[in-house]
Amino acid sequence: MASVGKIARRTFLIGTAAIAGGLAVGAYAYRRPPDNPLAARADDGEAVFNPYLTIAPDETITIFVPRAEMGQGVSTTLAALVAEELDVSLESVVVEHGPASEAYANIAMLEDGLPFPTYDESTIATIARSGVGIAGKFLALHVTGGSSSTVDAFEKMRQGGATAREALKQAAATRWGVQPADLETNAGSVRNPSTGETLSYGTLAAEAAEAPVSRDIPLRGPEDWKLLGKSQPRTDMRAKVIGAPIFGVDVAQPDMLHATVRINPHFGGGVLALDTEAARQIRGVHSIIEIDHRLGRGFAVIADNTWRAFMAADAVAVEWEKPNSTLDDAAVSELLAAAVGAGSRDVMRDDGDTDIVFADHARDRIVEAEYHVPYLAHAAMEPMNATARFADGKLDLWLPNQAPNLIQAVAAAALDIPTADCTVNTTSLGGGFGRRVEPDVAVYAALIARETGGRPVKVIWTREEDIAHDYYRPAATGRLRAALGADGLPEALDIVVAAPPIFSPMASRFYPSISLPGPDKSIVDGAFNQPYAIANYRVAGVKADIGVPVGIWRSVGNSINGFFHECFMDELAASSGMDPLEYRLKLMASYPVATALLEKVADMSDWRSQPAEGRARGLAFTLSFGTWVAEVVEISRDDRGIRVENVWCAADPGTVLDPGIFEAQMMSGIVFGLSAALGQEITLSEGRVQQSNFHDFDALRIDRCPAIHVEILQNAPRMGGAGEPSTPPVAAALGNAIFALTGERLRRMPFTHDVTFV
Amino acid sequence: MELTVNGQRHSLDIESDMPLLWVLRDELGMMGPKFGCGIGACGACTVLIDGVPERSCALPVQYVEGAVTTIDGLSGDGVLTAVQEAWIAEQVAQCGYCQAGQIMSATALLASNPAPSDADIDEAMSGNLCRCGTYPRIRTAIKRAASTQSARS
Repeated sequence: MASVGKIARRTFLIGTAAIAGGLAVGAYAYRRPPDNPLAARADDGEAVFNPYLTIAPDETITIFVPRAEMGQGVSTTLAALVAEELDVSLESVVVEHGPASEAYANIAMLEDGLPFPTYDESTIATIARSGVGIAGKFLALHVTGGSSSTVDAFEKMRQGGATAREALKQAAATRWGVQPADLETNAGSVRNPSTGETLSYGTLAAEAAEAPVSRDIPLRGPEDWKLLGKSQPRTDMRAKVIGAPIFGVDVAQPDMLHATVRINPHFGGGVLALDTEAARQIRGVHSIIEIDHRLGRGFAVIADNTWRAFMAADAVAVEWEKPNSTLDDAAVSELLAAAVGAGSRDVMRDDGDTDIVFADHARDRIVEAEYHVPYLAHAAMEPMNATARFADGKLDLWLPNQAPNLIQAVAAAALDIPTADCTVNTTSLGGGFGRRVEPDVAVYAALIARETGGRPVKVIWTREEDIAHDYYRPAATGRLRAALGADGLPEALDIVVAAPPIFSPMASRFYPSISLPGPDKSIVDGAFNQPYAIANYRVAGVKADIGVPVGIWRSVGNSINGFFHECFMDELAASSGMDPLEYRLKLMASYPVATALLEKVADMSDWRSQPAEGRARGLAFTLSFGTWVAEVVEISRDDRGIRVENVWCAADPGTVLDPGIFEAQMMSGIVFGLSAALGQEITLSEGRVQQSNFHDFDALRIDRCPAIHVEILQNAPRMGGAGEPSTPPVAAALGNAIFALTGERLRRMPFTHDVTFV
Repeated sequence: MELTVNGQRHSLDIESDMPLLWVLRDELGMMGPKFGCGIGACGACTVLIDGVPERSCALPVQYVEGAVTTIDGLSGDGVLTAVQEAWIAEQVAQCGYCQAGQIMSATALLASNPAPSDADIDEAMSGNLCRCGTYPRIRTAIKRAASTQSARS
């Protein structure tokens, strides 16, 4: 144990010396380490307080948000964390994305990656979580994901605001010759209540940024909050209703070229032959280059206009290598079936002795089922794009992205330049959903920019390219069985899920030399960590290597297992002739956070009354990303098909920072999940994807969108996320509603295989 | 080739089959209409031609007969329209990428139908995809804009 202690201590020292994330914000103002990502702003006359805040002499207060704005509202909610403590209004500040930096490491995301359920407050879970904080600073992943933005920022950004406020008071106190404690702050000024004098933040900023302040400034509690806990107008709403050029596709640089890429759609394949003769005759074509990188091989067309690049790319005659031509849907099903039946298992939950219960149990009291989900594309509204300029050995990138310092490292490596010579500018994201963590788009843009003689080039993918080259939500097969006791409740529950692993291949896309051994939590997320009290409860994951690139897709493994677990719970309730709500209330009786939510959603949906004629309801529950969510879906049926009428959602994130934005995120996640259930599917043939655009990979549209009703509870002891947790239960609740209406149990997504929706 | 966009006339030396979207974005620098699919399936590129909503990504510029209005030209002098105001009041946008197209479709709907029913809204707006799921708030915002417009007139 001594050696472990030594290592931990050493890591901690390295961590605090190397970076200033986490709780070291206060030290920033005091010690001013060289790696403050905003340090260069001081050259422009701004006072730099910490990684989240600068104040200029002209009173411009800029708050730097360390997470990417992709619709989840971080440019409002995270800015409010600083503004709350700084005593300024959101209308009076400018909000920008922070530059790629270790100072913005996301610790909360790594904590949620640990194999401990949210409700696990055991010593080992607590120690592991605190250990991640240290390792996380060392890893320093500047990433937006895992519904972790508010959780990660909650302390850090309020401290950023509080330390700056105290420094401003100190500067004013020095000028006036009084004590800082006797001063107050309001609306961007420090005021001396005894004299009525005021000094604006802009006037004080330069002195304040030099003022030594304590690191231990108490943060205000919810009872004193003016902004937090209340719905705020989004800081970027006006820009979005006037069509302002805020997205990656809108980037404009002087003398800019336009380009597009075509990468071999056959996974892992290269270019066998390329004939560019006809394409080069097209007006405005600058050049056509081959792309040869470990992430993809194909070609790019550089032109003076995006459409001309598209046309020329179509005119290139290319012969693709087809390395895995036997890979199709049947092969995927066979590989998953083989893995779920006989693959090497990683047991992630093992309460009691499941095998013994099944061995002795009456056959007719055992329920078994097999579930399946397909691959899915992200299909964010803004197609993949990046703008790059490579001049004088330096690479500048502008792109909508979720992982600036990872992308910076991979793009720099692609051009064989030092990481520090690559700058990543994050634009607003036209949707992310996990796709924009990936470095491929930036790498291709960098390789293209190497061929333009220093001219910037904006690379936009077609939608077809976007669909053909996603990192897909994995297909998965789950085998579930339960042994029902005399009371109708499961005495034992045994779940095996087979799916391709996500995290190891993803890590190797960033660092080719890295392989992550051990279990992949994503395979069983949403199944192994649910607050059901079942004495004998085993959940195992099997890594099924299939050869399709996979990645993180809104709610990741929970999107799979929320469906498997919660439809199977419904099957068990039905087998026992019990109401699905009462069934769950019994199984989660020792988790009052869960039972309160279930009661809430029951009230909202009038669960205990009969639905109207021709209607039925289904219920599901998933705890994911620290947020507890119960949903009821109500459907109706006529001779044309099934219509989703209502979704009621009760969610408990512990503390909600912005109820309006949180509600929007719940609605968003529900529509995202319904889009998948109501028809999305990526299918394969000859080692490539068959879908190409929204005509064959559509999403929910307004005419099929149900009324969505959201209520927020705040009973959970720890803060949870908002971006993803409403997605996992919705397909299950819909499947359960369909069973209640038709008696037909749907175990395969999308449900359009079996029913028609209207 | 001559094109009138947001009240301004442009002379362009371009291919006649270039889609209007790319003329607007890459030739005229109007970034309001967005590229989403290139096949007229998602509505992010929606513009008005003589008040009628059209998918500019799949419309060769040679077929444009009439004045083009993009979201960039919707609000003169920074004064927002009732639709845009309603979008802010209801806090509709999330990522915001599809919203220019949504607002153009809603604008056209309310111009022809000042008091749309739920079914009218569904019909007029189902060509506009939103992956963030802002539909419930779009419905509310359209109704809010309809009532402000009728109060103003």
